[in-house]
Amino acid sequence: MVAKTTIVRYATACLLVCCFVFSGKQVFAQRDAVPTDPEIISQGEQLFSEYQCNTCHKVESKLVGPALAGVYDRREIDWIYKWVKNSQALVAAGDAQAVALFNEFNKVPMAPYDLEDAQILSIMAYVRNVEENPPAQDTAVAADGSGAAAGGSGVPSSYLNIIVAALVVVLILILVVLVIIIGVLKRYLQDKEGLSEADEDVVNEGFSLVAFVKSPTVIGIITFLVIALAAKNVIDGLYTVGVQQGYQPEQPIAFSHKIHAGDYEIACQYCHTGVEIGKSANIPSVNICMNCHSFIKTDSPEIQKLYAAQESGKPIEWVRIHNLPDLAYFNHSQHVKVGGIECQTCHGEIQEMAVVKQHAPLTMGWCIDCHRNTSLNTQGNGYYDKLVELHNNNSGTPMKVADIGGLECAKCHY
Amino acid sequence: MKENQKTYWKGIEQLSNDADFVKKNESEFPEYLPISETGGESSNRRDFLKLMGFGIAAASLAACEAPVRKAIPYLNKPVDVDPSVPNYYASTYVNGGDAVSVVVKTREGRPIKVEGNKYSTISKGGTSAQVEASVLSLYDKERLTGPLKDGAEIDWASLDREVTAKLTEIAAKGGQIRIVSNTVLSPTTKKAIGEFIAKYPTAQHVSYDAVSAYGITEGNKRSFGESMIPSYDFSKAKTIVSVGADFLGTWISPIEFSKQYATTRKINEHHREMSRHYHFESNLSLTGSNADYRTPITPAQVGSVVAAMYNAIATKAGQAKVSGGNAGDVAHLTAAANELWATRGKSLVVCGSNDPAVQVLINGINAMLGNYGTTIDTSAPVHYRQGDDAAMSTLAKDLNGGRISAVIFFNCNPLYNSAEASALTAGVAKASLTVSTSDRMDETASAVQYVAPDHHYLEQWNDAELRAGHLSLTQPTIAPLFSTRQAPESFLKWAGQTVEYYTYLQNNWKDTYFTMQGDVSNFQTFWDKSLYDGVVEFGGTTKDYSYDFAAASTAATSVAQNYKTEGSGLQLALYQKVGLGDGSQANNPWLQEMPDPITKATWDNYLTISMAHANELGITMKEGVTELVSLTVGGETVEVPALVQPGQAEGTVGLAVGYGRTKAGKVADALGVNAYPFMTKLNGANTMDVLAGVSVAATGKEYRIAQTQTHQTYMGRENVIQEATLDEYKQDTGAGRWHPHVYKDGEFVKPSKITLWSGHEYGNHHWALTIDMNSCTGCSACTVACQAENNIPVVGKQEVLNRREMAWIRIDRYYSAANPAGNKKELEEASANPEVTFQPMMCQHCNNAPCETVCPVAATTHSTEGLNQMTYNRCIGTRYCANNCPYKVRRFNWFKYHDNKQFDMNMAMNNDLGKMVLNPDVTVRARGVMEKCSMCVQRIQAGKLAAKREGRRPVDGEINMACASACPSDAITFGDLNDPHSKISQLLQIEEKKVGEKATERVVNEDRAYHVLEELNVNPNVWYMTKIRNKVKESTEA
Repeated sequence: MVAKTTIVRYATACLLVCCFVFSGKQVFAQRDAVPTDPEIISQGEQLFSEYQCNTCHKVESKLVGPALAGVYDRREIDWIYKWVKNSQALVAAGDAQAVALFNEFNKVPMAPYDLEDAQILSIMAYVRNVEENPPAQDTAVAADGSGAAAGGSGVPSSYLNIIVAALVVVLILILVVLVIIIGVLKRYLQDKEGLSEADEDVVNEGFSLVAFVKSPTVIGIITFLVIALAAKNVIDGLYTVGVQQGYQPEQPIAFSHKIHAGDYEIACQYCHTGVEIGKSANIPSVNICMNCHSFIKTDSPEIQKLYAAQESGKPIEWVRIHNLPDLAYFNHSQHVKVGGIECQTCHGEIQEMAVVKQHAPLTMGWCIDCHRNTSLNTQGNGYYDKLVELHNNNSGTPMKVADIGGLECAKCHY
Repeated sequence: MKENQKTYWKGIEQLSNDADFVKKNESEFPEYLPISETGGESSNRRDFLKLMGFGIAAASLAACEAPVRKAIPYLNKPVDVDPSVPNYYASTYVNGGDAVSVVVKTREGRPIKVEGNKYSTISKGGTSAQVEASVLSLYDKERLTGPLKDGAEIDWASLDREVTAKLTEIAAKGGQIRIVSNTVLSPTTKKAIGEFIAKYPTAQHVSYDAVSAYGITEGNKRSFGESMIPSYDFSKAKTIVSVGADFLGTWISPIEFSKQYATTRKINEHHREMSRHYHFESNLSLTGSNADYRTPITPAQVGSVVAAMYNAIATKAGQAKVSGGNAGDVAHLTAAANELWATRGKSLVVCGSNDPAVQVLINGINAMLGNYGTTIDTSAPVHYRQGDDAAMSTLAKDLNGGRISAVIFFNCNPLYNSAEASALTAGVAKASLTVSTSDRMDETASAVQYVAPDHHYLEQWNDAELRAGHLSLTQPTIAPLFSTRQAPESFLKWAGQTVEYYTYLQNNWKDTYFTMQGDVSNFQTFWDKSLYDGVVEFGGTTKDYSYDFAAASTAATSVAQNYKTEGSGLQLALYQKVGLGDGSQANNPWLQEMPDPITKATWDNYLTISMAHANELGITMKEGVTELVSLTVGGETVEVPALVQPGQAEGTVGLAVGYGRTKAGKVADALGVNAYPFMTKLNGANTMDVLAGVSVAATGKEYRIAQTQTHQTYMGRENVIQEATLDEYKQDTGAGRWHPHVYKDGEFVKPSKITLWSGHEYGNHHWALTIDMNSCTGCSACTVACQAENNIPVVGKQEVLNRREMAWIRIDRYYSAANPAGNKKELEEASANPEVTFQPMMCQHCNNAPCETVCPVAATTHSTEGLNQMTYNRCIGTRYCANNCPYKVRRFNWFKYHDNKQFDMNMAMNNDLGKMVLNPDVTVRARGVMEKCSMCVQRIQAGKLAAKREGRRPVDGEINMACASACPSDAITFGDLNDPHSKISQLLQIEEKKVGEKATERVVNEDRAYHVLEELNVNPNVWYMTKIRNKVKESTEA
């Protein structure tokens, strides 16, 4: 799922419509007929994302279909209703506006939508609201997302580094001061006459590097350090066996999430259809690609690969990036639909990845950390009502996944 | 337990307290177990070095980059298929004359589980072991991958051309053509066959059933003038008498009868009534073991028992008596007759005999009792058995006489499983065209010229008329795996029609059934709804029949002639096993490894002999170690192992059909002996009873039968079974319950008062299970359902012998008799006719689980929902948990059962085709880990998630365990104890009682509910309900 703000920002588009072409020719000035009631606007916003209007439409600019801003100025509202409900019927009936619009947008038909007039109006209300009150640019949330993903440790690692460096500096300073003090004291003793035997030894003490290196203390310390370092490396190495964090294989088609999810802001669910209904999010099938690529960038050699697959009947063999062992059960719908977790929480800034790489370590520790720290999304979900009540009776902190058995073995292993 | 002085035993060795047996069972694993995998060589230093070398190599490999895995999406994703989301389709299981409406679960387009269809008014959501296992047969490697001519591959077009040419030629010359099949239930297939016959007028359709019910259809013809089998309704019967009819296991429609029967066995404090069931039979059958009164009789006694009962009822009804009927002293016969009369109109008499004369008398009894119209419905005859034994005999004669030019064997295997097998084998070569539609190169298919393999039922479109006016549709749940073709479509092709069978089926429905209904005006709507529901019902036609009493006296004369109890020698009663049935699914390892409900034997058939007979032959049987005996029937001799069977009627031996396959496939071939050749004829019908010419002699050769019955034992803690009689229950709903007490600080207290554990709080759900031992018939549908749902491996006969079977749910079968057995004589008496109790046993999900506390790595832990969780990836295989489990329900993976040539029979895990049946939501366990019942946690999680997605609590019944959903007698109930409205809370009469300020205590108010081994206070989440027998206390001894 693209971060909330980005949704809000581009949510502008709207499938209804397509329109204008005859700029300025006909002005219906029905803007005032579009309601500004916040409730209707939020209803429209919900419909806009539910019906994934943003796949083809933006408010301010063209995408697959025209920009939606001002559509109520360009067309009659009744015409818009008809168009959204069944655009092809209008085209077939020979409606001049409809035919012109259809031709302008490469004869890509807009699918019919089973919406009520009031619902369509509410989507327009939402469009009007976005047009008149453009959302402020906000990048904070994306950073938030990755922060949450890291989870676990309370202190950021950069602080730790600074503290360690400061300590080292202080130690070196102390060392220097001590050496200076020793030098001063030695010189003082040398200047003095009639020293005791013990003091004489100190003054005339020679330094032998060989003796120093061969001393058992030094050998002991060095041996210990070598063994400890080796052991640490081995243990760290063993911990990473099977962990493929950062895995970024080459894919058979150079598909870029940056272009699709980032630049064009296509909702993740548009292609990953299973993410809210099943265990698997689904790699899109070619027919989903073809929804757009039957007319967009048809000359690109990468897109040609889609046609080749379509013709040969051979599905595309993508390289699987996120591999969980068979013994672990993970379900996308539990996390995305029920938990309301952003895609980026686990997959990183996917909308900026030209080539996808594995963002999270996908280790059990990583899962568990998140289950310990994540508060449950229980709002409006009747399943949790009793649990929340029970939890609040006994605790003042928000209910975490771990509080309702989220750390139990058989939640993921069976 | 004070009043219950019975002795319970699982096997003879336990009853006799054999010293060796007792010693072995004290230790967890018997000493004779082979330790080495190969059994022979022991490992040496070289092996160690090799293994170590491999280990190092494997470890360094693991450290390298993980292998590249592919993610391959659909090219064009079907709209309704979403990866990882299951789809369910209503369909119909059809195997010969057996048909059950089912719902098939598919994942990514692969059927993985078959469940019952709750919309069916016949099976009401119940299934059987055979139905549950049928999904594995779809993925059987032995299936044919395309049509064959003389054993070589051929394409369909050439086959059609050649077959049509030959048929036309034969028809032109007036040569006779025969289509031979088992019972055909599909009206549309019959229509297609009709078209074939219309094209080739010399063609005739002959049907037979491996286990025939021709005697019943013929008996009804003689009694009422109509060949049919009526519908029976056991649920309305207060007195049930069965003479040899195993109606809960194998007779006519066992799932339907189990559902009905179970309703008469459900009791609670408001309803303290249940049916009384009298049973007369030779072998101890599943139904006999559930009877209140069972009397062992020989097959030769059947005639006189039925005639005597007829006369007893006739006397009361004022009808004329018939000749014969001098049954002598048969226990419970008079009592049964009296009770039948007392409950007339609400009683039912059924008989498993295939002798038309006997069935005429049975009809007479029911007619005199006024059961027609109440418990027997002739207006809705069932179609499960339409075989005509007489026509089959004629066919065999004609074929051998060279009078038949072409024969097409349609989905049947008469060269193996018909009474005419040997005659057909000899005669089949004399026909100039022979075709089979078998799915594999079975005994019949390998003897014909052309094989045109049919689809599996999960791959085809079809319909089935289970009984008059009750239709069930079959829809494909997967595209055909191989180049097979639906047999009726082949008939249409050969009849010159090019229509696809799907279109043909729809057209037939449009013309016939669509016009019969008036609810829907659009055919597509009607079709879609019918497909969705799976079943369609139309009112039956009411037809009045009157019983012809003249037929009764003719029949009685025949009976008196044919059944002579005096001087009859040893008799053989052939029977079908509940798992394997007639053997058509013999190559299904789930069915082969399913322990027989009664003998608990797997992978074999055997001669069941009585204890007295065994003593006579000098055979002792101990933990499956027995002797081969030579069985001679009418001159034919086979060697077969003997199995000492309590309850076997004196003077009889029993042998199961369905074994001794030679061409069924790797799993089934060479298992057991073929009993079909021993079938005889009586009054024109094939009979399973061999009344004369049987002899048995000991051979002294040792043989081991893989029985599971004595593998897990409770060390003599007999209160695991708690039972009472109905009379006692009427007085006291807690009758038969045993309340253990533990001595503490000078007084006896309940075990729950002393505990080391602090208990668990269940805020969310509290999953639990109840098992009504009064309804459980022992049919074992649950065990196979569990196997399919939970990817449980098949381990093969040798590993069962090694006590390493993997079933998560087993059905413990206990025999009991009034007196303990000390010596040989008492042993014979005790095992002459014992009572039987079935107790399904799976992980009890103890709240104070002994396994959890001993696991050194916390691989088995308790969940906040009451489940005892087993984490395979954490388990290191110490087996401490299994040692500490008082119920012995944990199973250890001694081997890697998947991708292992040594376990070839484990078909679901050893080849790519078989693996398609695996449930993707359940891990396939590795070697060296422990496993056990998880309460179908994958179903619980899926159900909870579905509810969460919709923002609501799960609805009771929405989540169900595989065993509970399969159960045809609704003995297993699963649910959430935290939901006061759930069925299980109602059943247990859960009451929340306040104790102290905050805490509540959950009290179970149902008096029948008990925990097995309550004295241990492991506090399970599985409750059992006492077994109640409807018998008078004094007459426990027959």
